[in-house]
Amino acid sequence: MGLRKAVLLGAAVVSAGVIAAATAQAQNEQFIPGLVYRTGAYAPNGIPFADGVADYINMINARDGGINGVKILFEECETGYATDRGVECYERLKGKGPTGASYFSPLSTGITFALTEKAPGDKIPLLTMGYGRADSRDGEVFTWNFPLLGTYWTAANVAIQFIAKEWGGFDKLKGKKIALLYHDSPYGKEPIAALEAMSKKYGFEFLPIPVPAPGSEQKSQWLQIRQQRPDYVLLWGWGVMNSAAVTEAGNVNYPRDKMLGVWWSGAEPDVIPAGDKAAGYKALMLQHPAGKAPVYADLEKYVISQSKSLAKPEEIGSVLYNRGLINSMLGTEAIRTAMAKFGNKPMTGEQVRWGFEHLNLTADRIKQLGFEGMIGPLKVTCADHEGARLSRVHQWDGKKWNVISDWFTGDDTIIEPLVKSTAEKYAAEKKITARDCSKES
Amino acid sequence: MIYREAGQYKASYQADQAIFPIAQDRFVMLALLAIAFFVVPLVATEYVYRAVLIPTVILALAAIGLNVLMGYCGQVSLGSGAFMGVGAYAAYNLAIRLPFLNPFVCILLSGFVAAAVGLVFGIPSLRIKGFYLAVATLAAQFFGDWAFLRVKWITDYTPSGSVNAPPLQILGWDLSSPTANYLVSLAFAVMLALGVKNIVRGHIGRQWMAIRDMDIAAEIIGVRPMYAKLTAFAVSSFLIGVAGALWAFVYLGSWEPAAFDINRSFQLMFMVIIGGLGSILGSVLGAIFIVVMPIFLNQALPPLGAAFGWRISTATVSHFEAMIFGALIVFFLVVEPHGLARLWSIAKEKLRLWPFPH
Repeated sequence: MGLRKAVLLGAAVVSAGVIAAATAQAQNEQFIPGLVYRTGAYAPNGIPFADGVADYINMINARDGGINGVKILFEECETGYATDRGVECYERLKGKGPTGASYFSPLSTGITFALTEKAPGDKIPLLTMGYGRADSRDGEVFTWNFPLLGTYWTAANVAIQFIAKEWGGFDKLKGKKIALLYHDSPYGKEPIAALEAMSKKYGFEFLPIPVPAPGSEQKSQWLQIRQQRPDYVLLWGWGVMNSAAVTEAGNVNYPRDKMLGVWWSGAEPDVIPAGDKAAGYKALMLQHPAGKAPVYADLEKYVISQSKSLAKPEEIGSVLYNRGLINSMLGTEAIRTAMAKFGNKPMTGEQVRWGFEHLNLTADRIKQLGFEGMIGPLKVTCADHEGARLSRVHQWDGKKWNVISDWFTGDDTIIEPLVKSTAEKYAAEKKITARDCSKES
Repeated sequence: MIYREAGQYKASYQADQAIFPIAQDRFVMLALLAIAFFVVPLVATEYVYRAVLIPTVILALAAIGLNVLMGYCGQVSLGSGAFMGVGAYAAYNLAIRLPFLNPFVCILLSGFVAAAVGLVFGIPSLRIKGFYLAVATLAAQFFGDWAFLRVKWITDYTPSGSVNAPPLQILGWDLSSPTANYLVSLAFAVMLALGVKNIVRGHIGRQWMAIRDMDIAAEIIGVRPMYAKLTAFAVSSFLIGVAGALWAFVYLGSWEPAAFDINRSFQLMFMVIIGGLGSILGSVLGAIFIVVMPIFLNQALPPLGAAFGWRISTATVSHFEAMIFGALIVFFLVVEPHGLARLWSIAKEKLRLWPFPH
C-alpha cells in the first residue's frame, strides 16, 4: 500500500506542477477557445467541424502572424456533446490569454442554452452559426448571442419556399401534407413554431414526427410516414439520426428527392453510411456548399502541406469542414472589426462583441478572404444578430453534393413576429430589460 | 492513538446517542464545515466553483437521496434522473405560475412534488424486489423523459421545450455570483444531510435497514413494509427533487430535458455504489470521485504527456480519460467492494491503534 500511495501522490504532484508551468503566457495574444466533440455519439459530425475551425486559425497565424500582428492562441476542450462538460470547458477556458476568451462556439444546442445564461455575466459573445435559439437573433434582448448566417426559423421558411417553388407556387401548398421528422430535443423542436405559423398561412397540413435521441432507431416513425403519406418530409436530425433516416427512407421506399434536410442534416457523414439509398436526398445549405473555395490555396500552403492539420484527406473540402472554416473566419473578422475601433492589441470579450455587432462583410471583402461563392454578404446590426437570412439547397447524387437551387431569402413577415413574441417572453422570464437599439452607437 | 476515545465518558443518553460520539470526529466534521463555508470562499476561483464545487455539492445531495433508497432501504432505483427532473420542472412551474414565490421557496416546495411522484412510483416496490424493481423504476425514468418532452404544459408551451430559471434573489439580494451559488447549494446540502442522518439513526431508518436486511424477518418483528418502503421512496425523492431543482436553477440556469436523462440516473447510481451503500459520507465521497476525477484526468493528461515529449490530441485525451476512469472504478471496487466510505472507516480503525498495532 505504501508504494502504491507514494506513486499516486507523486503523479499528482508532478501533474499539478506541469499544469502550473503551462499557464505562464505571453502578452500580445488573442485567445480563441474551441469547444469540440471528437468523441461520443456525434463525433462523425463534430470532427470535421473542429478540424476546419482549427485549420483556419492555424493558417491565419502562419500566413499573417495572427490578426493585425496579434497572434491567436487556440485551445480545444472536449465536451463530448454533454452539457455539464461543456459548462466545465467554458469555465476552464473563459479566462485564458491576456484578455480572456474572445468568443465561444459550442456547436450544441444544450451547451448554447447553458452558456446563454452565463455569457452576459462574463461579457463573452457566443457565435452560434446556424444553431441555438432562433429568437436569439433579437439583439435587443440577446445582447451576447450571434446566430450568424441563419436561424432555424429562417431554415424552416426557406424549406417551405423551396418546396413551393418546386411545386410551382405557394398556392400549390394548399391541402398538401408536409412532415417534420425531428430529433426530439430543443434543437429538433425549434422549427415547429415557424412551420405551424406557415401551415396556417399557406394551408398545408403539418405533421410533426419526433425521433427519440440519438435517433438510430426509426422503424416506427417510418411506418407512420408510410401510413400518412406526406408529400414532403423535412428532416431535422444530427449525427447518426440523419444517416438512419435516409437508410430507413430507402428501406420503405419513400422517394429521397421528396426529403429535405436542414443544414445540420446535409453533410457527407449523413449520407455516406446510407450508401446508394442516399442518392437524390436534398438538404438546405448554411449558405456554403462542399468543395474548395480560393482560400484553400493558402490552407494547403500553410497548414495542410505542413502537416499541421488533424483533418483526414477526405474531410478537407467537405461540408462540415468548410463550416468550421467559416466559423473561424467570422470570429476572426469580428475581432478584426473590433481592432479597427479599439486598436491592434488583444481584444476583450466586450470589444469582440462590439466587433460582431458591427461586422459587415461585403461581397468584395468575402472575395478578398477567399470565401467567394461560400457565403453571401453579411451585415450584422444591433437589432439583427443574424446578419443574413440566405440559404440554398443541394442534392446528393450518390457521390457528391450538387447545388441545385438559387439563393432564397427568409421571409421576415413570418419570422419577425415569432422572434419578437418569444424574445419578449424570455426577457420577461429572466427579468431582462431590452436594449433600445435606436440609442446604440 | 489519534482516534483513541479513552477518557471520553458518556454520562448521559444524549451523549451516547450523538451523531459523532467521538470528540475527534466532531472536531474534524466541524473543521471541515468551517473550511467549506468560510475558507473555500476566500480561495476558490470561479472555475473551481462552477466546474467543481457546485456540481459536486448538488450531486452529492442527490446521491444522498438515492442512498436512502438503495443503501438504507435496499430498493434498487434507476429513476433518480427523472426524479431530479421532476424537482427541476416543479420548481420551474411554481416559479412562473406563482411569481410572488421566492425561487428558494420554489426549490424547497419542488421537493414535496418530487416526493409525491416518488410515492406513486414506489408502489410497485411493495410487490417486487431486486432487478424487477429496477425495471419498474426504469419505467419512471422513461415516463419522466416522455412527460418533459411531450406534455407542453410542463415547459410552459415554449417552442423548443427548453426552459429558463428565474434570477436567484432573496429580499432584493442578488445571489447569482458563483460564491453565493456555492454557499446556497452547500447550505441546502448540509441541512438536508443533517436531517437525513438523523432520520436514518431513528426508528424510521432502523425500519428501512430491517427491510433491507431481510424483509420477511422485519415484517415478523412488526415493521410495516408498506410504510417503511414508501417513506424511503418519499424521503429519497424529496432529496433528489431538491437536488434537481438546484441543478436546474443554480447550476444550469437554462436546460433541456436531456439534462435529466437515464445517464444522470446511472451517474448517481455509480456515485452511491463507489462511495458506499448505506453511508452519508460515502455519497459525498462518491460524488467527489465521479465529478472531479474525469476533470482532473482531462486537465492533467496533456501536460503530463508534454513532460514526456508527447503531444496528445483532444480526442486521445478524452479516450484516455474514459479508460483510466473506468480502470479506477474497477480498481476501487476490487480493493474495497463496500466503497470509499468503508476505506475511510478502515483508515479510522488503523489510526485508532497507530502507532502501536497489535
